[in-house]
Amino acid sequence: MQSTLDSEQIDRLFRSQASRAVATLARIFNDLDRAEDAVQDAYAQALDRWPRYGLPENPAAWIVVSARNAAIDALRRERTADAKRQLLANLEALVHADTSFDGEAMDDRLAMIFAACHPALNEETRIALTLRFAAGLTVAEISSALLVPQPTVAQRLVRAKHKIKRARIAFAIPEVADLSERLHDVLRVIYLIFNEGYASWTHADLVRADLCEEALRLAELLGKLLPGQAEVSGLHALVLFHDARRATRVDESGEPVLLERQDRSLWDQRKIERGTSLLEGASWYGAGPYLLQAMIAREHATATTWEATNWRRILDCYESLIDRDPSPVVQLNRAVALAYAHGPELGLTVLDALGVRGVLAEYAPFFAARAELLRRVGRCTGARAAYSRAIELTESAAERRFLQRRLADLTSLESLTS
Amino acid sequence: MEYACLFYVPEDASPGAEIYAECVAVAEEAHRAGAMVDARGLEDASSATTVRIRDGKRLLTDGPFAETKEALSGFFIFKCASLDEAIAWASKLPQSRYGSVEVRPVRAIDP
Repeated sequence: MQSTLDSEQIDRLFRSQASRAVATLARIFNDLDRAEDAVQDAYAQALDRWPRYGLPENPAAWIVVSARNAAIDALRRERTADAKRQLLANLEALVHADTSFDGEAMDDRLAMIFAACHPALNEETRIALTLRFAAGLTVAEISSALLVPQPTVAQRLVRAKHKIKRARIAFAIPEVADLSERLHDVLRVIYLIFNEGYASWTHADLVRADLCEEALRLAELLGKLLPGQAEVSGLHALVLFHDARRATRVDESGEPVLLERQDRSLWDQRKIERGTSLLEGASWYGAGPYLLQAMIAREHATATTWEATNWRRILDCYESLIDRDPSPVVQLNRAVALAYAHGPELGLTVLDALGVRGVLAEYAPFFAARAELLRRVGRCTGARAAYSRAIELTESAAERRFLQRRLADLTSLESLTS
Repeated sequence: MEYACLFYVPEDASPGAEIYAECVAVAEEAHRAGAMVDARGLEDASSATTVRIRDGKRLLTDGPFAETKEALSGFFIFKCASLDEAIAWASKLPQSRYGSVEVRPVRAIDP
């Protein structure tokens, strides 16, 4: 008997377990509202009973069973049509608290992630749904993490729940034939959440830790559900390597710091080691862009100094990446790696060839990369023009200040040498 | 000949029981006259998913088809357990390659 349980403790414990219960019930109902209502009922019961009778031995199982019972009651109150009879049968077949209970409810949680990241939902909606139902964030937390007003988040969730229910988006793990494509959608959402926090080009503050943490937790969860899967391990390692450098990515005033200038002694070695061991344990079957990007990130994260970076190995990874994803952005990064591996002149030639094709004409990082290479070969006029174009194009205030500083440095460098 | 009568309504209209009853009455009347083939209502547009195949890749859009240069030219009704199955069927239709296929849950209009 634990008579000291207060409502705050219950709230914390309950919330850490509730998303699993919602996942289990959502799979039976194909209806997130019903699942949430049932779990909300169980929450009210926990608030009432846990302080009086103590913490249940297995809180996760207790929540699922209580929510299940609440759902059964709710269904019985409604008219029992045939479809509802089937639902009742499914609910009644569900685990009992005292029998063996799959503590992680793996399949249900995986099914929830696949439903939340379904390609028939738009991307903003997928992000909100994943944060709400896979990560278990509240509407208020999602609103402050995404910098989107609460009513907008709530509206997106309502609309998404409606579509899932009406269009019957299944809470299911896709068939093998569709799995890799659908898994890619899931990984993309997690990576978007991470990037939204890590490299937000559109917002004033460059790193938002809360979103990085959530993406890491989701990658970790997915890794538990699909251990060793090439792209899952790849994404997990990738976000770990990026996140290990989080503290050094911006300076005290919030300005971005070039990788070259970052204090490597402050990088989180535990995350780097974890990422490295994930890559070692990853299967090569199904290897794709996330695994390759993780290998590139590993080279950066494990180089003891900027000068010690193994650019040839990074270039090899970019070559493999281009075979799978020849997008202009990947080609831009490959040109930069080429410049470091074989000299800035060659890098510039490749970069300019890309520029001619016009797809990067509005892309700030293209001009920023070009400016850096031109600066290295001493073509200051060209570098100045490229910096100016990048400054015009970037939507991030911090990035703009950074580029302006680089441009000012260049001008003072010129006046020194002239 | 069979003719399809396709109804278009304002997006914010929420027809009540009277509208439904009127539809059923028309269906019954048409049935008595030997003119009735089938009638279906669609769930609202926000439940729609649009499927296109371009360069062999499947593209899904959340929402109804919105291309003004394309016009409605026919429909299939498939019986499926989930949206994924419906999308798989939609992807087999040739129109998904040169046009768009909007997938929308169907409601029966039964007397």
